[in-house]
Amino acid sequence: MTLIDLANPTRFLALTARVLPWLAAATIALLAIGLYQSAVAPDDYQQGATVKIMFIHVPNAWLSMFVWGVMSIASLGTLVWRHPLADVAAKSAAPIGAAFTFLALLTGSLWGRPMWGTYWEWDARLTSVLILFLMYLGLMALWRAVDDPSRAARAAAVLTLVGAINLPIIKFSVDWWNTLHQPASVMRMGGSALDRSFLIPLLVMAIAFTLLFVTLHLAAMRNEILRRRVRSLQMIQASRIAFSSEMGAGSREGNASKEAGAA
Amino acid sequence: MTALAALIRRDIRIALRVGGGALIGVLFFLTVVVLMPFAVGPDLALLSRLGPAILWLGALLASLLTLDRLFMADHEDGSLDLITMSRTPLELACAAKALAHWLAAGLPLIIATPVLGLLLNLDMVATGAVALTLLAGTPALTFTGMIGAALAVTLHRGGLLMAVLVLPLSIPVLIFGVAASQAAIVGPMSFGAPFSILCALSLVSLVVGPFAAAASLKHGLD
Repeated sequence: MTLIDLANPTRFLALTARVLPWLAAATIALLAIGLYQSAVAPDDYQQGATVKIMFIHVPNAWLSMFVWGVMSIASLGTLVWRHPLADVAAKSAAPIGAAFTFLALLTGSLWGRPMWGTYWEWDARLTSVLILFLMYLGLMALWRAVDDPSRAARAAAVLTLVGAINLPIIKFSVDWWNTLHQPASVMRMGGSALDRSFLIPLLVMAIAFTLLFVTLHLAAMRNEILRRRVRSLQMIQASRIAFSSEMGAGSREGNASKEAGAA
Repeated sequence: MTALAALIRRDIRIALRVGGGALIGVLFFLTVVVLMPFAVGPDLALLSRLGPAILWLGALLASLLTLDRLFMADHEDGSLDLITMSRTPLELACAAKALAHWLAAGLPLIIATPVLGLLLNLDMVATGAVALTLLAGTPALTFTGMIGAALAVTLHRGGLLMAVLVLPLSIPVLIFGVAASQAAIVGPMSFGAPFSILCALSLVSLVVGPFAAAASLKHGLD
């Protein structure tokens, strides 16, 4: 089974119909384990119970960038290989990525309130995640701006790849900007300095969230394929109605236009 | 080579004629800067402290305003189809169009900067620093904005959508442009580091912009 075999949407639908229940079950199981482990994880000696926000916040932040990576690969698939499912993958990933980014911002700000005393801080990381969120929203606006999916797909693919080049530059320049303006950093947390009792639940949650993304993404791709089929069926029907009303006498014309209005 | 020179000459000539829109950008720049004292108050000390930021924001918005026309007018009268079909590589043609646009719309902004610096109570050094950073940074704004203009023309939607797509991409240029100006005016950092990064951003966008714009035109116009 290669990527080319999946180019047939019907085959893709059949395969995902078999895979999705297992993926969903694995996601639920891992989420349950991860949530339980993070619930029983010890409180931090400084942050208290609020450290548990980390187990939700960090996986969201990690996925917010991972999803853009997935979309970039899908965009390459659209532009280079013209894979028929690549634009479906790119389109259905964008809202999910935006949701993860929003959740990362939200949980981060809820975490920041007790820790830093403010919901929002113009910290370098927060700022670059906010810009990432803006770019997700711009991309979604681009997808919605055009009716023809294949035309929108290629425009969105160009923008996604430009964003993939630009995101590291933005991240780097925001880091620079931040150290320029406020040298006193608010928070430092080395990944390896994390205690084992925190690290294991965090890893489980990260895997669970990644599985959650894969599940949601496949489901969204199925929906998108079905939505396109419905759309093309509707267009066939509409053209048929228009054709018959052109052919038919005046009495049938009113009937057809009523039908078209209902559709 | 002559085809590209002709393209540049033609674009500049159209832009400078009445209704071309290049000088409207300068007028817009002036208006934005004049509006600022009404928003923050006529405090000269505050204005001179905010001056570089105001000038940079004004230039950013002004270049965004005129970018809309980069491909749109050519698309409407059909010459964009001729450009895409000609034997000149589309990437080079895009670069030439962006260069012409920068010469016609970006350079006047920089020439207008000293006058606007007077209004904002900037001294000679500060005005010179802002003008120099604008000279190094506005090509990046034009060349990244060109990607948005190319996307907008293939989608037949200009204006707001382009602003939403382009503005996040221009954040690095804004950061380093203002940082270099501030470094030249108040220190304590050296002017060289942010200024060279600003030049590097311009060079990167010089490479990436034409390819991305040409790709979106090629894929989008069929």
